[in-house]
Amino acid sequence: MLEITLIVGASLILAWPLGIYMARIFSAQPHASDRIFLPIEKTLYRLLGINAARGMNWKTYGSAFLLSNFLLFIAVFLLFLFQHRLPLNPDGIGPLSWDLALHTAVSFITNTNQQHYSGQAQLSYFSQSVAIVTLQFVTPAMGLAICLAVLRGLLGGKKLGGNNKDTAAEGEERDLGNYYVDVTRAVVRVLIPAAAILALLLTWQGVPSTYAGAATVTTLESASVEQTIPRGPVAAMVAIKQLGTNGGGWFGPNSTNPLENPTPLSNALETMALVLIPMAVVFMAGYLLRSRRFTLMSLAAMGILSIACISASVYSERQPNAAFSGLSATDVNMEGKEVRFGADASALWATLTTQTSNGSVNAMHDSLNPIAGLVTRAGMLINAIWGGIGCGFVNFMVYVWITVFLAGLMIGRTPEIFGRKLETPEIRLLGVLIVLPSLCILGLTAITLAIPSITGTSNPGFHGISQVIYEYVSAFANNGSGFEGLSDNTPWWNLSTSLCLALGRYLPLFIPLMIAGYLARKRVAPESSASLNIGSTTFCLTLVTVILLLNFLSFLPSMVLGPIGEALQLAQHSGAAK
Amino acid sequence: MKNSTIKKSQKTAPALDQNQIVAACRIAVTKLDPRSASKNPVMFVVLIGTLLSAGITLQRAFAGASFGFELTCALILLFTVWFANLAEAIAEAHGRGQATSLRSARRDLMAERLDNHGRITKTIPATELRKGDKVLVSAGNYVPADGEIIEGVASINESAVTGESAPVLREAGTDHSGVIGGTKVLSGEIVVAITTEPGESFLDRMIGLVEGAKRQKTPNELALTVLLAALTLVFLIAVASLPAMAGFMGVNLDNTMLIALLVCLIPTTIGGLLPAIGIAGMNRALAANIVAKSGKAVEVAGDIDTLMLDKTGTITFGDRQATRFLPVAGTSEQDLLEAAVYSSLQDPTPEGKSILKLAENRGFQLPSLPSDAVFSPFSAETRLSGLSLPASDGQTEGEQGKSAREFVKGAGTAVSRWAEGYDLFVPGSLQGLINQVAQTGGTPLVVASNTAILGVVALSDVIKPGIAERFARLRALGVRTIMVTGDNPITAGAIAAEAGVDDFIAEAKPEDKLALIRAEQAKGRLVAMVGDGTNDAPALAQADVGLAMNSGTQAAREAGNMVDLDSDPAKLLAVVEVGKQLLMTRGALTTFSLANDVAKYFAIVPAIFIAAIPSIGALNFMQLHSPQSAVIAALIFNALIIPALIPLALKGVNLRAISAEKLLRNNMLVYGLGGVILPFIAIKLLDVMLTPLM
Repeated sequence: MLEITLIVGASLILAWPLGIYMARIFSAQPHASDRIFLPIEKTLYRLLGINAARGMNWKTYGSAFLLSNFLLFIAVFLLFLFQHRLPLNPDGIGPLSWDLALHTAVSFITNTNQQHYSGQAQLSYFSQSVAIVTLQFVTPAMGLAICLAVLRGLLGGKKLGGNNKDTAAEGEERDLGNYYVDVTRAVVRVLIPAAAILALLLTWQGVPSTYAGAATVTTLESASVEQTIPRGPVAAMVAIKQLGTNGGGWFGPNSTNPLENPTPLSNALETMALVLIPMAVVFMAGYLLRSRRFTLMSLAAMGILSIACISASVYSERQPNAAFSGLSATDVNMEGKEVRFGADASALWATLTTQTSNGSVNAMHDSLNPIAGLVTRAGMLINAIWGGIGCGFVNFMVYVWITVFLAGLMIGRTPEIFGRKLETPEIRLLGVLIVLPSLCILGLTAITLAIPSITGTSNPGFHGISQVIYEYVSAFANNGSGFEGLSDNTPWWNLSTSLCLALGRYLPLFIPLMIAGYLARKRVAPESSASLNIGSTTFCLTLVTVILLLNFLSFLPSMVLGPIGEALQLAQHSGAAK
Repeated sequence: MKNSTIKKSQKTAPALDQNQIVAACRIAVTKLDPRSASKNPVMFVVLIGTLLSAGITLQRAFAGASFGFELTCALILLFTVWFANLAEAIAEAHGRGQATSLRSARRDLMAERLDNHGRITKTIPATELRKGDKVLVSAGNYVPADGEIIEGVASINESAVTGESAPVLREAGTDHSGVIGGTKVLSGEIVVAITTEPGESFLDRMIGLVEGAKRQKTPNELALTVLLAALTLVFLIAVASLPAMAGFMGVNLDNTMLIALLVCLIPTTIGGLLPAIGIAGMNRALAANIVAKSGKAVEVAGDIDTLMLDKTGTITFGDRQATRFLPVAGTSEQDLLEAAVYSSLQDPTPEGKSILKLAENRGFQLPSLPSDAVFSPFSAETRLSGLSLPASDGQTEGEQGKSAREFVKGAGTAVSRWAEGYDLFVPGSLQGLINQVAQTGGTPLVVASNTAILGVVALSDVIKPGIAERFARLRALGVRTIMVTGDNPITAGAIAAEAGVDDFIAEAKPEDKLALIRAEQAKGRLVAMVGDGTNDAPALAQADVGLAMNSGTQAAREAGNMVDLDSDPAKLLAVVEVGKQLLMTRGALTTFSLANDVAKYFAIVPAIFIAAIPSIGALNFMQLHSPQSAVIAALIFNALIIPALIPLALKGVNLRAISAEKLLRNNMLVYGLGGVILPFIAIKLLDVMLTPLM
């Protein structure tokens, strides 16, 4: 318990100054670090042909986002298909099949890192350290950029081509910042420095950092049995995997592998890295929105949900393994867990990694007790408790908008946020976002389960359904963690999850950007005593209720056929056995 | 007088009689037509569900299987849709009742139409009048249609429309030149230019706003409909994906139960009541004698940040009245009173009358007027009015004979000039008194007799009683009031402070109103303007809510988006309240509708799965009797909650002047938490009642 409190508390304390630092660099305020970073950024702008002074409205900002994603996707897809012809492949690994290459490219371009391949065995060093690590740095920066544009839009942005003080006429498109500058700054000033520090700490703890090929050792068992131990520049990749809400590890077993996560300290560091930047984004948002009360409200809403989930998860994993029910086992659930981490640290990790859209694991989620399994899914479905870098806060804003609409009506005013009214065009867009998760997750789950030949589950009944739902939930939430036990490297799984990944990434980022663009050009009403106070306790509780209710209502029936049914079944069995 | 508007605004619609209810029930049946049902996505889904479950019933009946459960479900679903239609039909009936009672007055009216030369051409039915026609209306006749007086002056009884029995004065060329069809001319003869085509009067438009077929959804209603449609789609997907998932476990689900689950989950409560809420809002406006030209205008009223109103006729009665007598040093108040009263005895102006009234209040016995007294009315040259009494020989009250006496009152400079003619001494304290009055917002009127300058009568604008309370309530609702006046800043400030307005603009010219509205709007505020004059028209048009007085000019009535039949400027309060209630009722019922789903899930989900997956029975913690009883109980609750909430939808959620935060908390507790708990209890009770029947 102390361990959990320390890890979560330390993350919050570190996130505060980091958030303020981020707010400063993204609002282009002079900063002491300019002397180091400005020359690097200027060089990058020159190399990439970026006009850093150009302001973008939501359309140009959004097109730049989509275009850069598309180009990177093509490059990475080709790279995976031709990795056997490329350098840095000491173990002679062959190309990926087209559908696996497609899924892997989509999975990494969407900051998901859902892996239908096994890292060390199917990707060359070049693929891992160039394609994957590049995307692991760039994609969180892209999510953060959209978040920044949305935040700027909430306060009306700037006049295009003007200076900060100008107010625009109503209906005029507004400057939401420069996409390329935001991405570059996020990579150069946030992700790279943070990853460098963490990589050093992890190397110190024993995570490999080398370009040498796999090590071959003779085991104690017999002189004739040789074991090949894959290795590589692991520490760097693990650092950005944890910090950038990526989740795709160097090794297939991810952070359960002792070479990715060797010690309790490395485990604590990696757990903190899961939530550090997502938490910092909340502080950053409050600073950029110039509203301390809104920051507190956001922290409280996310905090309530996060702590409730952690508690449920830890409680669940302290119970004996569900499969032992009826036996005299009394110990905590250790199935699928590393003994060196234990139940608490694994439950904490499982909760945070699903809340933050990270998806790295230090235990097998397939083996969690049903309640913890439900918590992991809840974290991904809500996808706004800290959430992915940038995209988590954008999702949070979507819930805020929906709540503002309901709460605004209840106080008898046309719903407005930061003085800008939410009207039919915005609600129509929010409607798309409300329907989208159900459509993707439940739609694809239903199709997959209806055709047994493509299902590929390892279990019948509730658990099988759980596996399928988990895979799509994980894909849609851009989480990437796997429930495992699923034969997912098939064309159906690769293609259907690719679709789910893309829809779950681009619409939930692009649509809020549109909404922010719409809001930015509206006439601003000054706040009065009669307007809705979105920093209040009442609003916070209303928001939490809306978040829970919306997800509960959308997904309860399918959860009943998955983890809830499973839990009830187990409870019944154990009752019968006693 | 006090608070009369507020009371009127809360006047509820008259109860429907039996015939109207039967008619509403019948209309609710005709609304089952899919073409009209498709306007409401939520109820349309229920209608489809009804047809599907009816189909299943028939199929089972032909196959010889039991179909009691299916038939029951189909019937409850049909009633669900019908209840929703009934809510709309009842709201429409209320509106129609109100509008037709207003309109009935103008039926069978005849009009004396004039040709271009002003001669009566012929007497025609009022329904044949076209815009631009001129008609002659003389005393004892009814005004045949809405219009504007272009000649003459008349006193008119508007009680048929406004319910106010005191006659009002309407005159050509003034700000009070508008007349309404169906009102009776009591005295005078007027020529009225008709301003509306038949069927296009304000009332006709208002009726259009409450009748379903012609009704346009208001912006906020549209946004909510979109949200409800999205939620409906979510539940459709959630339910439609279940058969495949259950199929994986080798379980077949009952289609009727799936339809029941879908109908219970989609927000039928708010979906069914949404049109009724909108119509009822218009009805409440109409009940407050406000004719809105669009539903949007009423909705926007709830958002008003700033209210701009003219001082004259709005905050004050508009005519100056005597409020104080200030004798100069060395003169008794009695002498001043006597002179002031004599100078005003024959004065027909409101100022003069108010002096007599104030003197009476002070205990001064009004003298009878000698028959040979000569009154000199106020004229532009003398700027004085007064009375001269000829010399008397002392018959009255034992006094000795009096010489001729003269009394005058007027502006300080005019009286001084007049006094020079009598070589009167100007007391030193006079100027101080004059200043004193001016500084407190009054107009000083100096009173003198032919023997001395006696003192000053202070005339002030008198603030309407109860106005400060209304501004306070508006402030509590977040509306800032700004008074616009042509007075000097000192006068304006004094009145502003007394009336309790938040801000004032003094020495304003008519065009300043428009500029001020634009400036407020540029700061992002929504502005309401109350006005009646032609020079108010641009401001009324520019304002987000322009409330025109029905007594106002045609230009003003055309420019505003609402007309107040009572011509009571403080009526805006009622409109703001109606607008806020409209949104609150929608928000509260949406929350209630969604909160209800939790209980419905726990009733129906176990029922659907329990046959195949017994362990799911643990979710049935309500201990409902059987799957069938659980589903039927949930469906019955789902259907009955609609008629149960019709009164709330029509009346609107209670609006109290408390902070936004408290309002949200109260509504979340009542409609959110209450919405979670109530259906658990209701469904359990229904289940217990159903058990013997199963």
